[in-house]
Amino acid sequence: MASPLEQFELHKLVTADVMGYDVSFTNSAMFMVVTVVLVGLFLVLGMRNAKLVPGRWQTAVESTHEFVVGMVDENIGPNGRKYVPFIFSLFMFVLFANLIGLIPFAFTTTSHLAVTFAFASFIFLLCLVIGFARHGFHFFSLFVPPQTPVVLLPLIVLIEMISFLTRPLTLSVRLFANMTAGHILLKVFAGFIISLGLAGGIWSAVAVLPMAMNIALYALELLVSVVQAYVFALLTCVYLNDSINLSH
Amino acid sequence: MDAAAAKLIGAGIATFGMGLAALGVGIIFGMYLQGALRNPAAANSQRPNLLFGFAVTEALGIFSFLVALILLFVV
Repeated sequence: MASPLEQFELHKLVTADVMGYDVSFTNSAMFMVVTVVLVGLFLVLGMRNAKLVPGRWQTAVESTHEFVVGMVDENIGPNGRKYVPFIFSLFMFVLFANLIGLIPFAFTTTSHLAVTFAFASFIFLLCLVIGFARHGFHFFSLFVPPQTPVVLLPLIVLIEMISFLTRPLTLSVRLFANMTAGHILLKVFAGFIISLGLAGGIWSAVAVLPMAMNIALYALELLVSVVQAYVFALLTCVYLNDSINLSH
Repeated sequence: MDAAAAKLIGAGIATFGMGLAALGVGIIFGMYLQGALRNPAAANSQRPNLLFGFAVTEALGIFSFLVALILLFVV
């Protein structure tokens, strides 16, 4: 019986070595390519022969775009318009990567901390660079909430700095742990179905119960995939708002 | 107590964090339902906030699950 953790193992599809660094094309990389290709096809083919009164596919593409633009507008304001392509790409990639991982025998790219931490640290560095480029050293006023009593200031600034520095960690771990935990659960219950089914007799009939649980879990995983992609993009908008508008 | 036993006990204790996070998630949805029943017209406009609050709260429960996993498989 395979362990539920086996699904997260990386397999090299094409071994490659550049100056001592392992740059093999793994199954994770292949599924990232699949994700990007599917996002591209979804968007490009949906807007083909775009009509004034849209058909279903065009409506889907336009709704997702409107959704992301609305999210950026609501959280960052007019200054954030230039970040819509970035947030849109981020949201679509994470969404499609999460959903593709739900296909049986597929690999969830976002279930690896390396992948999500790369995203989160890029977003964190982006916020730092934007913050310092726009506001210079005034950026540090982010850590001083308005109307704090001067006596509490050292403690509050320390707490705010720690909270700021854990942003890339919580952002990445939230997505990674949600995906990993969900998929482990699915595999564990699938294991139960097989074990009970093979036991024979009355046990094979009872195997319907973990099957029903698995169906419910799958629906939950669909919800979690979409919600986690949305929360990732939303938190990115919130962090960008903190850097761009220095609001607290 | 040897390390292997301590790891397993630690992983078991980490599950309390998930129970507390579950309470938090229940509070979020309960408050949303309470507000939605008082003011149904405003319910839809708060749905994004609901999902966001749920995700952020559930993340903390998942962090404690992560601690359990680290204790079991990594350390």
